[in-house]
Amino acid sequence: MYQTHYHRASSIDEAASLFAKGDDAKFLAGGQTLLPVMKQRLAAPSDVIDLAKIPALVGIEVTADRVVIKAATTHYDVASNAQLQKAIPALAELAGLIGDPAVRYRGTIGGSLANNDPAADYPAAVLALNATVKTNTREIAADEFFQGLFATALEDGEIITQVSFPIPAKAAYEKFRHPASRFALTGVFVAQGKNGDIRVAATGASASGVMRVAGIEQALKSNWSAAALDGVTISSDGLMSDIHGSADYRANLIKVMASRAVAKAG
Amino acid sequence: MGVEGIGARVTRKEDRRFITGKGRYVDDVKVYGATHAHFVRSPHAHARVKSIDTAAAAKMPGVVAVLTGREIVDDKVGNLICGWMIHSKDGSPMKMGAYPALAPEVVRYVGQAVAVVIAETKNQARDAAEAVVVTYEELPAVVSVKAAIAPGAPQLHPEAPGNVIYDWSLGDEAAVNDAFGRAANVVKLDLVNNRLAPNAMEPRAALAQYDAAEEHFTLYTTSQNPHVARLVLSAFYNIAPENKLRVIAPDVGGGFGSKIFIYPEEMVALWASKRVGRPVRWTGDRTEAFLTDANGRDHVSTAEMAFDKDNRILGLRVKTYANFGAYMSLFSSSVPTYLYATLLSGQYDIPAIYAEVMGVYTNTSPVDAYRGAGRPEASYLIERTMETAARQLKVDPGELRRKNFITQFPHQTPVIMAYDTGDFGASLDAAMKAIDYAGFPARKEKAKKEGKLRGIGFSCYIEACGIAPSKAVGSLGAGVGLWESAEIRVNPVGTIEVLTGSHSHGQGHETTFCQLIADRLGVPIEQVSIVHGDTDKVQFGMGTYGSRSLAVGGSAIVKAMEKVEAKARKIVAHQLEASEDDIVIENGEFKVAGTDKAMAFANVALAAYTAHNLPDGMEPGLKESAFYDPSNFTFPAGTYICEVEVDAGTGKTSFVNFVAADDFGRLVNPMIVEGQVHGGLTQGIGQALLEHAVYDDSGQLLTASFMDYAMPRADDVPSYELHHTTTLCPGNPLGVKGCGEAGAIGASAAVINAITDAIGTNKLDMPATPDRVWHAIHAA
Repeated sequence: MYQTHYHRASSIDEAASLFAKGDDAKFLAGGQTLLPVMKQRLAAPSDVIDLAKIPALVGIEVTADRVVIKAATTHYDVASNAQLQKAIPALAELAGLIGDPAVRYRGTIGGSLANNDPAADYPAAVLALNATVKTNTREIAADEFFQGLFATALEDGEIITQVSFPIPAKAAYEKFRHPASRFALTGVFVAQGKNGDIRVAATGASASGVMRVAGIEQALKSNWSAAALDGVTISSDGLMSDIHGSADYRANLIKVMASRAVAKAG
Repeated sequence: MGVEGIGARVTRKEDRRFITGKGRYVDDVKVYGATHAHFVRSPHAHARVKSIDTAAAAKMPGVVAVLTGREIVDDKVGNLICGWMIHSKDGSPMKMGAYPALAPEVVRYVGQAVAVVIAETKNQARDAAEAVVVTYEELPAVVSVKAAIAPGAPQLHPEAPGNVIYDWSLGDEAAVNDAFGRAANVVKLDLVNNRLAPNAMEPRAALAQYDAAEEHFTLYTTSQNPHVARLVLSAFYNIAPENKLRVIAPDVGGGFGSKIFIYPEEMVALWASKRVGRPVRWTGDRTEAFLTDANGRDHVSTAEMAFDKDNRILGLRVKTYANFGAYMSLFSSSVPTYLYATLLSGQYDIPAIYAEVMGVYTNTSPVDAYRGAGRPEASYLIERTMETAARQLKVDPGELRRKNFITQFPHQTPVIMAYDTGDFGASLDAAMKAIDYAGFPARKEKAKKEGKLRGIGFSCYIEACGIAPSKAVGSLGAGVGLWESAEIRVNPVGTIEVLTGSHSHGQGHETTFCQLIADRLGVPIEQVSIVHGDTDKVQFGMGTYGSRSLAVGGSAIVKAMEKVEAKARKIVAHQLEASEDDIVIENGEFKVAGTDKAMAFANVALAAYTAHNLPDGMEPGLKESAFYDPSNFTFPAGTYICEVEVDAGTGKTSFVNFVAADDFGRLVNPMIVEGQVHGGLTQGIGQALLEHAVYDDSGQLLTASFMDYAMPRADDVPSYELHHTTTLCPGNPLGVKGCGEAGAIGASAAVINAITDAIGTNKLDMPATPDRVWHAIHAA
């Protein structure tokens, strides 16, 4: 009933063609979401196609203006990469805050983005830094990629190959941990691009997942400082309300985390 | 005190196998031909079971049998019992609804088992369980006590109209009313004691075998009390007579009370092993643990305290609603009554107390004892009320307590308990000094300047453990006695087995009990083995819970040792031609005082077993047994003081310091005591800040995994600073009080008192999550 077939793809093309052949196939990267879901019998893919060993999908490249992270690179590798730590320290720090060491040794950026958990950390960085998600068929801008609760712009069978981040002038991430899951109860990534663009993304707060926070972006445009947020009101409309935090508490956290992130970004 | 005797910090003998993966837990036990059981569980909180179609499941690969509640009834297996009778105020007995192991007609909580699939492998059983078709007719559900007792609420059990199990009281209502009539000041507080999931590291498990030739059952089970399990399975569930049932609780990975009770799963596994003619194994997973392990606490209370003009307490009035869940678990009735209300005097000299407790059924999982069992609820209530009183009366919280402390012992409280000894001022002083209480106002001011909210909170707890004098609990409705047994078998060349009715599932008995022997008889601990957990090996014992194993189990060992020592002296006196009164024990030898005539203990043993030269009429051998019935509870007590900093922006609480000053009487192994206190404090902090088992209004469990149930982790808790004061317990030969539950009993109030001090409002319930604290700050 729950039998599955495991395939270790050696190239992106092979992975894509294996996917097309399966009845109900799923890609596997770090398995930090898929495997627990399969164990709980909430999913029963006919085929599991492992992307994690494809050489073209692993690695980090840092140039003068951009950081490119290949999709199957682990959170641990992102967090501990010396060049990345220098180029976008906030991104390295974010990766180091995901889960726990066991999760970080396996989990990948491609997996996190393709899953789009509403409380995942990477979506906040991708949206705030205005990164580009590259797949085996096209490039997708951050603003188009995230489409709601566990939903993305990816087509069935489309494989994320890398994520390309412009290096910002200033950036920081503040995460308020959910006391049980240690996901982001609310996490806010603030970034000031080299071109002056200001983008702020919050995760964990909205039922639809990561979101831009226009009110805070506006305030920071005129005055990049924590104090600039004093007058901002964040609406609790559309925000999640559960036993760990009400919608208005999450609205408060968006403001507080943003303010602390701005102070941290300098 | 020697290197290995009482008071020594001996590293634990049992740890070697635990930390090298060689522990032998129920799931590790290998039995040829074992099948696997998987339970079909209700997805509804309240429903009639219209039909169970097992035909498709029975045909699936590897399936040996699919069984339901009908077959259990056919085989005349009894329902689960509650072993403590409680009467309501009007004299009527508690209203107990039938509690079947597999629900034949009605399910009353999400996760209740309705059928079991037995198959060759675990996965085959799981697959077939999905093919069992159960047709339910959903019924409305009630989840909160308030909703359950409201007029028109859905009725869970025909035996309990209005879902009320009992309406019980303790104390003197008239005296309390009179006290309030005379009061200069009255302090009132509404409190919630939040529902907790026990989450022992090892989930519950069972492995049952039936030997048809001997008509004899063997059950391996994760039990804190294997003899009690045997008694209950035999006498009440009718599985087999006791002499045809062996129960073994091998290594068990934590219990905290949750493994006292005899649950449906092990009962079904045992019954099924005869029915299918194959051994049956069940190992729960964590979700099942969340759904079905007995939960703890879940009280809603109102406390009122009357003070005279000098701030001395005149009286205490308490009204408590206790949520029992859908069925009465084995000890459930005693927890919010005789384990709770009898501690409402706290450390204070209160002339009049009156408590009313209403026990209520709801469509949630059963609630029963969990580390502290009733005493955390009492301590939290008293200590929050005292702190609230100090704020209302505008006096120092430490001084208000000190002014009301009991100082003369023994002290008879108005709620049955008679405290034997204590020095509450000493622990208060020790804790206040350790945390530098005098320096707190300056620290608070400094923090305020940095935009931080700092607070300090007290908890002066007392508890009653070392349960319990059998006659006393019998008179209060207990169906069992609470003595303990020990048998000391000295082997012919002097090594020793101590067979104890206690059970170690983390407590370290294999070490501390050896220390008792080493201390008295001088036998090195590596020559002593502690045997426990097997009803074939060990005579009847009541098991381990209620911080009783040292006070009661250890005292039984002492009594048995007295008999061994007495016989040994007779042998030595005879062989060395001396008077018994002149024999002393020194360095493992029985010596004639003032001479160099001595016999090593091993030689005394050999003499007893060769029997070549024993006193006339003496039986050969050196083996003695004792049953020890305590004369009173023991009363560990102390002061916890907690200093916190609250982040006003997020509501998150951080610890600055947590100081504990406990009086546990004599400490046998201080290192193990520290471990117990660390663990208990962590569970108390977990309750105060993090943990909460939550059902939604339809009865679905929202906290069915660690993604939503916040267990304390190392970074959630401070490094505790522990101190001890000592008043020896006069009630047992060791002078010990027990320490296993104290931390879980006293910590929560200290934390909440500190947070409410920091944020300046009293209105805060547990768990004080960042969300709740932030709301409390902004509502004020």
